[in-house]
Amino acid sequence: MQPVFAMKGVTKVYDTGEVKVYALAGVDLELFSGELAVLLGPSGSGKSTLLNILGGLDHVTSGQVWFRGKDLTSLSDRQLTRYRRDHVGFVFQFYNLVPSLTARENVQLVTDVARNPMPAAEALELVGLSHRMDHFPAEMSGGEQQRVAIARAVAKRPEVLLCDEPTGALDSKTGIQVLETLHGINREFGTSTVVITHNADIQKIAHRVLFFQDGRISRIHRNEQRLEPADISW
Amino acid sequence: MQALDRKLLRDFRRLWVQALAIAMVLACGVSILLTAVGMHQALDSTQDAYYGRNRFTDVFASARRVPNSLLPELSAMNGVLALDARVSGFASLELPGRVKGAVGRILSLPETGMPQLNVPVLRSGRWPDVPGEVVVNEPFAKSNRFSPGDSFLANINGNKRALTITGTALSPEFIYTLGPGALMPDSETFGIIWMRPREAEAAFDMTGAFNDLTLKIARGVRPEEVVFQVDQLLEPYGGHGAILRDEQGSHAIIDAEISQLKGTAMVLPPIFFGISAFLVSMVMSRIVALERAEIGLLKAIGYSDFEVCLHYLMLAALVAFAGIAIGWAAGTWLARSLAVLYARFFDFPFLIYNVSYWVYALSALAALLTTTLGAARAALKAARLAPAVAMQPPAPPRFKQSLADIVMRRLRLSQPTVMILRSLLRWPFRSALTTLGLALAVASVVSSAFFSDALHEIVDTAFFQSNRQDALLTFTEERPEEVLEEVRRLPGVLQVEALQYAPAVLRNGPLSKRVAIEARKPGSEMVRIVASDGSVAEPPPDGMLLSERLAEQLGILPGDNVEVQFTTGRREVVEMPVAGTVRQYFGLGAYMDHTSLNRLFRQQPRVSAAAIAMDASREDELHRALREIPAAAGLVLMTDTRRSFQDTIRQNVIVMNSIYITIAVLITIGVAYNGARIQLSERARELASLRILGFTRGEVSYILTGEMMLLALLAQPPGWLIGAWIAKAATDNFSSDLYTIPLVLKPAAFSTASLIVLTAALCSVLIVRRRLDRLDLVAVMKTRE
Repeated sequence: MQPVFAMKGVTKVYDTGEVKVYALAGVDLELFSGELAVLLGPSGSGKSTLLNILGGLDHVTSGQVWFRGKDLTSLSDRQLTRYRRDHVGFVFQFYNLVPSLTARENVQLVTDVARNPMPAAEALELVGLSHRMDHFPAEMSGGEQQRVAIARAVAKRPEVLLCDEPTGALDSKTGIQVLETLHGINREFGTSTVVITHNADIQKIAHRVLFFQDGRISRIHRNEQRLEPADISW
Repeated sequence: MQALDRKLLRDFRRLWVQALAIAMVLACGVSILLTAVGMHQALDSTQDAYYGRNRFTDVFASARRVPNSLLPELSAMNGVLALDARVSGFASLELPGRVKGAVGRILSLPETGMPQLNVPVLRSGRWPDVPGEVVVNEPFAKSNRFSPGDSFLANINGNKRALTITGTALSPEFIYTLGPGALMPDSETFGIIWMRPREAEAAFDMTGAFNDLTLKIARGVRPEEVVFQVDQLLEPYGGHGAILRDEQGSHAIIDAEISQLKGTAMVLPPIFFGISAFLVSMVMSRIVALERAEIGLLKAIGYSDFEVCLHYLMLAALVAFAGIAIGWAAGTWLARSLAVLYARFFDFPFLIYNVSYWVYALSALAALLTTTLGAARAALKAARLAPAVAMQPPAPPRFKQSLADIVMRRLRLSQPTVMILRSLLRWPFRSALTTLGLALAVASVVSSAFFSDALHEIVDTAFFQSNRQDALLTFTEERPEEVLEEVRRLPGVLQVEALQYAPAVLRNGPLSKRVAIEARKPGSEMVRIVASDGSVAEPPPDGMLLSERLAEQLGILPGDNVEVQFTTGRREVVEMPVAGTVRQYFGLGAYMDHTSLNRLFRQQPRVSAAAIAMDASREDELHRALREIPAAAGLVLMTDTRRSFQDTIRQNVIVMNSIYITIAVLITIGVAYNGARIQLSERARELASLRILGFTRGEVSYILTGEMMLLALLAQPPGWLIGAWIAKAATDNFSSDLYTIPLVLKPAAFSTASLIVLTAALCSVLIVRRRLDRLDLVAVMKTRE
């Protein structure tokens, strides 16, 4: 398989003046095209920092990151914006929907600026929300809001989907629905998907599981037998 | 429409109350700019067009009697383009159905039809054809309900004759018309009468002569030189001294008005724009803080820094658009209302009211620029926010121990009070600007409220202390003092005092001023001169008293000498000591002793006017008797003058006070409402936590209202100071040679201002407090900061 992302010796240090915090302490990693990878680890182990760096939201302190052979660490802010606009879809724990826009309009926020987007309605249909398109976030359940967020992320037909605790704020049943959506997109479009979670049960749906500890990858586990989201519970 | 634009519109709708509060302040600036510049333009271009079309002259001169043979010499003067010689004189009028007399200024028309200069505009009827026919100025006709065909009696130089009105006219010379001895225009008792030349000449004994001259001079010629030449030529014929436009009564008033409008346009709008910029900055900073996560999201999904920055600038622009729309509507309406008001004061045959598009564009541009500047800091902050940082909650504010904390501990203040004070100290810049905004609201009321106290002071000094007579009887020309005996014998007259006027130019080095020196007898009880300290002053036998403003303009201090060049009689130049200065609100007074003046002129004592105390019940009898006295030019009743002055000024003061109070209230609401909303949004969690801990609604709202009301209280002293300063500037701006407005600052003006602003602030905060009562405690605690 072709690597989508490659990382070498990546460190990220937060310097508060008094103390230096190593969020990432020398990470080497490859993520492959069409892969669904789960990043597992305790709070503060560096998962979100890694995701932010992959998504072009944050800069490394040292080391290098390549996206399809292109060095992300050498890109300017303007180029990083372009990179995010064209290639990356984000899903967040708290959905981050714009409360003043309806489901459809939240998706349009992306389709307005993306290069080759799918129609907003189609993206919402993909996550099973055709009937809720004109509802505002406040009128939807948490699961529905997260599915809108997923629709928004996939509407630009991204190559990578970066999900930070997508089920963190949801109950088990709704969480599984959301995972099914992500799983389906990964399978159907071959979108490389990275999911951060605290929840060890979710690892069973991944191709690979990366265990994080103190800013490093402590272990990588390949699932020989993947489960469908419907087959897991927590 | 793009989704981001939709967000913009919905955000704007959600914030509409706050946006409206800001837009109203902005609208004040826009509308005042539009009104002041618009009216300035209207008056200026109307005046320009009127002067141009009707050939308003540059130099005005009068003399006792000048033979027509001098005309060729006058016309040949260097720089003179055209001149009009005419006969001018006053006549007392008897109007049908009216007991009180009126005064008319008769002007002769040229032999050959229309005057070349100061061309009157015929408004109705026709020009006179036969003897006995006249045209009168339109306001006089309207006030007395005259129409062509009506007649009235005129007592001209002792001959009573009936005059028939054939038409009405307006003239660029008489846009603002003051009768002799009057302080305010009263078109009911003073009119301009245009008469056929032969008739006027005969009536005033001017056959083959003239006594009034107007000249138009060429560009590039120094008008002072023409004045000098005219004075030289007219001197042998009793010339009274030529004057330039600047000193012509009607022109001076309009010019003063035009420059006042300019001053208003320069000073007031920037204040409103400044406050709006601050409000926008305050609200936008808070919005950016609240939408931190959304900013992070927009950047995460690929919106550029520029697009994010623009998004927030556009939000501010929407506020500007609202302000511009309201400002344009209010400004257009205000300017039109003002135009109507001007039309009432000034007699223009037309008003070019055509506010240019550039004035609208300028006001809109200023408003947009203001809000953009106000929003710039917040929008740039949004643009600079790194996406990964934006997704994180902001770092909590760092409170550090300071001297203030030690003081607060010593004072054993309650925790809510400490919270209020810490918040003020934590954001000193914001607190200071909020205080300044509210201080400007206080200043707005103070700067207008003082006017009614000033009016009271003017009326008290002018009518109850200085001019205590019931009426002023003016004579057509100077009379021997013995005439006072005749006046004393008139029905209803109880007491008579002499007044004599001597036109002169006062000089001190390069500074000079043309005035009418007033001579009075010592011990006058009615016409008194009141000194600055309130005591009654008498001009010394060998010196002068000057009004404070005149002394200031001439740079003269009591004890200095002033050069006096009389412009009548022997036209002598004398040096005279200035014994002191006196407070005076009307005109530029210069006073001398009656006996000394006549001794100086080497003549028997003469009088120009008589101050009269009269029995009010016999007023009608007096008016009737005066009709038979040709020397009497007119009787000005002080009560009428005072009433008309008070009425006019009071109307203006009421309008002005209402406008300034509205402005103050709008500023207060803008500042206090937005301030409180922002505090509520910043402190929602904190306040909800306190409620959960068992604080009552009252206790929690104390924190919210306390901070804003404390700032409002702190704003009072600077507000009073700024208000007093603006009032001082306003008195300087409004004062002219015609009148001076005293700076009278009474505690009531300050307390009214404070009461209005504190009440408006409290109401604004209480509206926000209602939101606090509706706070969903659980929901607030759940929201992520």
